[in-house]
Amino acid sequence: MATIMDDFIVRALFGGVGVAMVAGPLGAFVVWRRMAYFGDTISHSALLGVALGLLLEAPYNLAITVVCLAIAALLVVAEPRLRLASDTLLGIFAHASLALGVVVVAFMERVRLDLIGYLFGDVLSVGATDLLWIYGGGALALAALAWMWRPLLSATVHADLARVEGVHVERLRLAFMLLMAVVIAGAMKIVGILLVTSLLIIPAATARRFARTPEQMAIFAALIGAAAVALGLYASLAFDTPSGPSVVVSATAIFALSLAVSPRNA
Amino acid sequence: MANESSGALVHSRGVPLARARGVVKRINGRLILAGIDLAVGAGEIVTVIGPNGAGKTMLLRVLLGLERCEEGEASLSPSVRVGYMPQRLHVEETMPLPVRRFLSLGRPIDRRAIAAVLDEVGATPVIDAPIQRISGGEFQRVLLARALLRDPDLLVLDEPAQGVDVAGQGELFELIVKIRDRRGCGVLMVSHDLHLVMAAADTVLCINQHVCCTGRPEAVSRDPAYLALFGPRAVAQLAPYTHRHDHAHDVGGRVVTLAGSKDTRQHDHGHDHG
Repeated sequence: MATIMDDFIVRALFGGVGVAMVAGPLGAFVVWRRMAYFGDTISHSALLGVALGLLLEAPYNLAITVVCLAIAALLVVAEPRLRLASDTLLGIFAHASLALGVVVVAFMERVRLDLIGYLFGDVLSVGATDLLWIYGGGALALAALAWMWRPLLSATVHADLARVEGVHVERLRLAFMLLMAVVIAGAMKIVGILLVTSLLIIPAATARRFARTPEQMAIFAALIGAAAVALGLYASLAFDTPSGPSVVVSATAIFALSLAVSPRNA
Repeated sequence: MANESSGALVHSRGVPLARARGVVKRINGRLILAGIDLAVGAGEIVTVIGPNGAGKTMLLRVLLGLERCEEGEASLSPSVRVGYMPQRLHVEETMPLPVRRFLSLGRPIDRRAIAAVLDEVGATPVIDAPIQRISGGEFQRVLLARALLRDPDLLVLDEPAQGVDVAGQGELFELIVKIRDRRGCGVLMVSHDLHLVMAAADTVLCINQHVCCTGRPEAVSRDPAYLALFGPRAVAQLAPYTHRHDHAHDVGGRVVTLAGSKDTRQHDHGHDHG
């Protein structure tokens, strides 16, 4: 019994830490570019991915990633064409895709889906395949982020200045949105559809208070996220609380603590 | 129209670094630019002036390729390296960004080169300061430094003196002239402030959607089209301008808002206001 216990906890910890390592640096950009709501929209569409995966009998990791990417691409295409404020557009996509996901699941009579597990995460059920997705996808995502770090940072500070200096701003924006879709699809397993954005923004917001350069903020965010995962999993075991929300509560507690001790709390 | 053919008599002409011919730009049907001609040669300082909404910034953006124009053509000569200083750059508080890191956003630059360019623009002390914590005058100098780090053939400066106190503005324009003299680059800048800019320009282009008048600063300041556009009061304060400071400020000096207060300025240059 004890070895099995150890095993799934270790898998959960590895999975969660892996996700946090990618979510930290990416989350820094989400904070800088004010894209938290975009993250929410992508993650809400993940349930549609789960449903379609079941319907087509495709691996759900793949289905989620494909649907998240499709929604991200659709947003990029739709935004300049529809005369809507971007938060309105994001709201439409977020809720429509979540509702559609639930409806599609309801049509599949023979399938009993752990909806709560998808909405709030089920880190304790992380399997070997999930770990492969998290670390494989995560390594690719980090490599891509490192590769476009400088131009993306430049475009984030001032798009026109970056353009004049030869940066392909639009191309980068698209690449970054797709990257977010990949990471959110991977992170969903840990904290769930409804909470996944918090793993991007809370560690980054905490890191801001201690960092003096963008790079420091990215690294601190990764470490803080990993600490939140470990703390949350521990609390989840100790108090028998749901794991995903426990991780988010831990991240928030670390953030609140940082307000008290940070050198920047003026 | 005082269409003097040449502004920069003492500077080389040759092939212009940037040229606009008959540029027309509309936004949602509204005419922003109505057929503008412009050329900037190497070593020449061309200043575009005009009231708010005259299309000055748009003209720069079209030249830089940030906006397309409906008619006419605007282009930089091929292989020209541009150093650009945009209007109103605001860096979000959420990003920790020291000045040295801001300067190396375009490409990796070692600390010695950063120190050297900050020295050139007179902003050495702020090298490690968070960019959100420096004064308006320091910020403009840091922006200028970033443009200079590209070793530009052409500097494109959009309202370089905004957010800078009046004495600091004079120093900034002197600095721009000095940079031109030292590096031999062309300078194209935009300002709504007439009186300081005049001393730092070889050619002035006065626009209000179309070109009202153009030529050397002294000629433009006497042009009827210019008088009609800015009114006699603005001109009266311009005429005796000799740009002699009897004092100096550091770049972190007091910031004075200039908008709408052209005839109530509180400063002591060696000249009188009308």
